[in-house]
Amino acid sequence: MLRQAQHQGIAVEAVDLVKDFDKTRAVDGVSLAVPAGTIYGLLGPNGAGKTTMLRILLGIIDPSSGSRRILGHERPLDAASQVGYLPEERGLYPAMHARDAIAFIGALRGLPLREGRRRADQLLKEHGLADWAKKPIRNLSKGMAQTVQLLGTIIHGPRLIVLDEPFAGLDAINQGRLEDLIRREAKSGATIIFSTHVIAHAERLCERIAIIAKGKVAFEGRVDEARGRLRPIVRLRTRASEGPWRSAIPQDARRESDEWVFELPEGGPEPLLKALIDGGAGIETLAIERPGLHDAFVAIAGDSAAAAMGVEEPAK
Amino acid sequence: MMRRLRSAFVIARRDFSATVLSKTFLFFLLGPLFPLLLGGAFGSIGARVASQTQTPVVAVISSPADFARMSAARDRVATALGDPNVAKLVYYAPERDAAAQQRRLLASTDPPIRALLIGGLAAPHLVGAVDAGGPTSGQMDLILSTAREHHPSEELISVTKVEKSNGSLVRDRQMTAQIGQVGLFFLTLMLSTMLLSQLIEEKSNKIIEVIAAAVPIDSLFVGKLFAMLAASVVGVVVWISAGALLIQLVKTGGVQTLPPPAVGWPGFLALAILYFGMNYLLLGAVFLTIGAQASTVREVQTMSMPVTFGQVLIFGFAATAIGSANAPEAIAAAIFPLSSPMVMLARAAEDPAWWPHLAALVWQALWVAVILKVGARMFRKTVLKSGPRTRRWFRRSEKPSAA
Repeated sequence: MLRQAQHQGIAVEAVDLVKDFDKTRAVDGVSLAVPAGTIYGLLGPNGAGKTTMLRILLGIIDPSSGSRRILGHERPLDAASQVGYLPEERGLYPAMHARDAIAFIGALRGLPLREGRRRADQLLKEHGLADWAKKPIRNLSKGMAQTVQLLGTIIHGPRLIVLDEPFAGLDAINQGRLEDLIRREAKSGATIIFSTHVIAHAERLCERIAIIAKGKVAFEGRVDEARGRLRPIVRLRTRASEGPWRSAIPQDARRESDEWVFELPEGGPEPLLKALIDGGAGIETLAIERPGLHDAFVAIAGDSAAAAMGVEEPAK
Repeated sequence: MMRRLRSAFVIARRDFSATVLSKTFLFFLLGPLFPLLLGGAFGSIGARVASQTQTPVVAVISSPADFARMSAARDRVATALGDPNVAKLVYYAPERDAAAQQRRLLASTDPPIRALLIGGLAAPHLVGAVDAGGPTSGQMDLILSTAREHHPSEELISVTKVEKSNGSLVRDRQMTAQIGQVGLFFLTLMLSTMLLSQLIEEKSNKIIEVIAAAVPIDSLFVGKLFAMLAASVVGVVVWISAGALLIQLVKTGGVQTLPPPAVGWPGFLALAILYFGMNYLLLGAVFLTIGAQASTVREVQTMSMPVTFGQVLIFGFAATAIGSANAPEAIAAAIFPLSSPMVMLARAAEDPAWWPHLAALVWQALWVAVILKVGARMFRKTVLKSGPRTRRWFRRSEKPSAA
C-alpha cells in the first residue's frame, strides 16, 4: 500500500487536557507529544483515563479544557481521512458482509466504496479470511470479527493509527499477528498510538510511552528513558553467607531464594566486584540486568498502579 | 460542507441498503394493508351490529295496500335523508285477537320489534317503547305523511344535473384536503417508532465510536434521516401506485373521476410527496433527537407513547386549517413547523396559489436544519458526554467512560 511520506515532526500533540465527568476528573492536565512515525504506547491500569484521552484526541468528545492537534489539525475530524481508529469496544453491523464492513469503515474515512471493496478482498486474503469475505459478520468468530475491524482501521492507509487495547480478547497467535501488523504499518511510515494495560506489549513494540495513572501523565518519553530512571539490578550468588564483603552491597538488598538482589551502586560494577572479591564473598554467579519496563512502571506509577496492570494474557 | 455531505451519504447508503434489502421491508410495504383489512373486517361487523341495534323495527298491522304505500314512502324518506337507519317496516296481517297479537309482537326478539303501527293510513297509532316526538315516532310521521300525500314514484322536483357547482367543488376539495392530511399523519405515525430506534443499532453494536471518530455527528443524523426518507418514499410510491391501480380497477372512470384539488392532481401529488418529505424530516429530526437519548429498546418503547400523543395533538392543530385556510389558527398552524406540512397540503387542495408553498417549503427546510443541528449537539453532549462543563441545571448525571 502506498503511503505519502510522513511529515517530520509531531503527529499528535496535547496541551493541558482536562476532562471532567460530573464530579470525576477522568483526564487531569495531560500534555504529550507523539513524534511522527513512532509506535507510541499509553500504559496504565484500567480506569486510568487512557480511553477518555484517546477519545478526546480523536475528537469523539471535546475536552473540558486544554487543546489538541492531530496531524497539524486543531479539529481532529479535519484529519479524519488520515486517521484509523480501533475502539476498545469493538463493533460492526452484524448483517453486513465482512468485505462490506471493511469497505464501509474505509468509506467513512473517505475511501471510495469500490476501491474499499477491492482493498478489503486483498487484505482478507492476506489474513487468511478470503473465504469469509461474503459472510455476514454475525457468522464470524469473535477473533475473526476483531480482525475484520482492524482491517477496516487500516484500509484507507492512514498516517495515524489509534488502537485502544488492541490485544484484548485475542489469542496468542493473533496477538503475534497484530504485533507484526503494527510493526509493518510503522515501517511503512504510519504513526501508531495504542493503549494497553499489558506492559509486555508496550515493551516489545513501543519506542515511546506515556504512563498514565489517575488521569495524569506520570511519565512521557522513550522506553529507554523510563528504564534509565532505575539503576541496573545486580543478582549475586555467593558461597559465603557472612563476611566483610557484606558491606559492599547496599543495606536494602533483598533476598530472592538464594540470591541477593540490589541496585548497582553508583560507583559501577568494577568497585563492587573488587570489594566482593576482597571481602571473601566467594562469587558463584553475578548478573547485572537492565531493569525492565515493569520495574520502571512500578517506580514511576507506584505499586498500586502496577498491581492493577495486567500480565501478558495467556493463549486462548 | 462537501465532506459533511459525503459522510452523510455514506451513512445514508448503508442504512438505505440495510433497510430496503432486508426481508422485513416487505412487511413494511404490506403495512397499510393490515389496517385496511382489519378496518374492513371489523367495520362490516360493526356496521351489522350497529344496523341491528340502531335501526328501529316497526311492525305494521294493516292492509297489504296500506303497507305497500308505507313501505315505498319509507324507502323514499331513507333515500332523501341518506340514512339507511330509518325505521324498518315489517308487515303483519291483522289477527282476530288483536290484543294477543300486539303482546306477542312486542315480546318478539326476531325481529326485535320496537313499536307497532296499527290503524293503517286512515287512523295510524303507534304502540311500543317509543316517545311521542322522539326519533322513531318522528320518522313514522314523515313516512306516513309521504305515503298519504304522494304517489311513491311521483317526483315533485325536476332536476337538471351539471358537472360541478362551486358548493360541490368546495366540499370535494375539503374532502381531498382531509384525506391528504390523514394520509400524511398516518404515514408519519407509522415511521415515528422506526425513527426513535434509529441510533439504537449503532449504540448497541458499539460501532457508534467508529462512526463518531470518522464523521461529524450532524452527518450521522442527516444520513440516517435521509436513508429512512428514501426508504419511506419507496414505500409511498408503491402505496400510491397500488392505490391508484385499485381505484382504476374498482371505480368506474378510474382516477380521472376523483375530485380535483385546487392546484390540480399533478401539482397536488408533487406537493404531497414534498410535504411528506418535510413532515417526515421535521418530525423525524425531533424523534431522532429524542430517540438518540435512549440506550435500550425498552427506553424507546417507553418514549413511543408520549411521542404518538404528541403527533395526534399536532394533527389536531393542523386539522383546524381545513375549510378556513386564512383563519388565524390556520395561519398559526401553517407557521408552527411541526404542523406546517399537513396544513399546507390541505391548502394545496383548497387554494390554487403556489407562492405560499414555496415559502412554506423554505421555512420547513430551515427548521429541519435547526432541529438536526440541535439534535446532533445534544447527542454529543448527553450521549457522548462531550464538551466543557455546563451549568448544573442543564446537566444529566454522567459517568466516566472506562479507560
